[in-house]
Amino acid sequence: MHSKPAGASFTAPNVQLNDAGKLKHFLTTEGLSPELLTDILDTADSFISTQNRSIKTVPILRGKTVVNLFFENSTRTRSTFELAAKRLSADILNLDIATSSTKKGESLQDTLWNLEAMHSDMFVVRHSDSGAAHFIASQVTPDIAIINAGDGRHAHPTQAMLDMLTIRRNKGRFEGLVVAICGDVLHSRVARSEIQALKTLGVAEIRVIAPKTLIPKDIEDLGVRFFSNMDEGLKQVDVITMLRLQKERMQSALLPSQSEYYKLYGLSQERLGLAQPDAIVMHPGPMNRGVEIESSVADGAQSVILEQVSNGIAVRMAVMAMAVSGQQEARKAQSES
Amino acid sequence: MDLPDAPALLDKLIDQTRTLLAEEPTEALIVVGIHTGGLWVAEKLHQALKCPQPLYSLDISFYRDDYHSRGLNPKIRGSQLPNDLDNATVLLVDDVIMSGRTLRAAINELFDYGRPSRIRLATLLDLGRRELPIQPDLTGGRLHLEGQDRVKLQGPSPLRFEWQNLNRAT
Repeated sequence: MHSKPAGASFTAPNVQLNDAGKLKHFLTTEGLSPELLTDILDTADSFISTQNRSIKTVPILRGKTVVNLFFENSTRTRSTFELAAKRLSADILNLDIATSSTKKGESLQDTLWNLEAMHSDMFVVRHSDSGAAHFIASQVTPDIAIINAGDGRHAHPTQAMLDMLTIRRNKGRFEGLVVAICGDVLHSRVARSEIQALKTLGVAEIRVIAPKTLIPKDIEDLGVRFFSNMDEGLKQVDVITMLRLQKERMQSALLPSQSEYYKLYGLSQERLGLAQPDAIVMHPGPMNRGVEIESSVADGAQSVILEQVSNGIAVRMAVMAMAVSGQQEARKAQSES
Repeated sequence: MDLPDAPALLDKLIDQTRTLLAEEPTEALIVVGIHTGGLWVAEKLHQALKCPQPLYSLDISFYRDDYHSRGLNPKIRGSQLPNDLDNATVLLVDDVIMSGRTLRAAINELFDYGRPSRIRLATLLDLGRRELPIQPDLTGGRLHLEGQDRVKLQGPSPLRFEWQNLNRAT
């Protein structure tokens, strides 16, 4: 039952893919081909059209069971995954692990094997430890599709892909674009996944804009340009992604004060004027108005922040349908061999 | 066995559709083609009939009954349909009909856009071998297939039928 996941023999095994190279887990944007990322975006695009109907559900995951495993609280992400699963006609179970059996001494492995014995088809995993989803996919329940809904500082691939979808729907392309990611890059799994996806999809330039204290020291190894001066960094960019400034960073010594931060790194109407006139403004939410972004920018004509939320449902529907499909293919291939 | 000439079948199908529309006049006929071959045929029908409504398309990937065994279609094109099909008269178009499963999925999908007052089905070629009780109202022609033979429409221009059996020499 817990067979070792197979990987292609001639390349480094990617635990996310089945032998045919299709997605069977979605753990990270790292190591995925531009074709596969494009497939995800194309599939998500098709789901967007189903979301404007009066009946928003499609029957594709009817009879499948999806378990939301949230070891770390996140109401927003959990609800979008829940809605995505429901719109695919799957049955969904929300498990708040922090308050359940693990508290009674059951090991994580036992909890997961129990859920597997209940014939679950997919786990959506959110965990504060980097690598948690990868560990579950490779070591615990490889036959269940695992979707990473955020692990530590490592990755948040569905957020990255919904940003890619938002960029593609607004700009129609990736080639030639200059994208700026602004804010707390150091603690951001979104930034990491986003940089990988943007590079794979071939944008012209990725900039990160932040105070030196909020930047990993090897950031330029990722192939991005670093700017500590926001006005410099915003010049001529096509896409601006603002990251949330986590309030707890204020208490640590990483930042001077909220008002100082806003003065240096807040996206104001005036600063937005430095970017391309048709630049779009994104934010993964939840946003702190007046801390990293001016209210009028968040609600302004160039903001696509609410569109990101709608696109998030479609992207999650896409990776869920693709991963269950990839697992089925892998099982079929195994039973035939 | 020779494959039928697709343009000749198309002419027959257009004639039949004209006759049907004369019998059942409809102000706002919605022509919907099923990706990919069905859409090519629908395009020609839509053009020939000079339909005032735009041409619509249907991608049944999310409605197939073999997702469990065959997985997700690798290239999904998405459906382009009016947001509300309530009380609409729909002419659903596909290139070939065989088992009837594609059309079952298509009709299910149409109902998620509303409650059409009528759906008429037009297919360019009927290959028999039905597995579901679904019959076209209009069809360009019929062909009896042997063994594992399959027929696929190539297009969009020219439209041409092609054998799909791997054992058959091309």
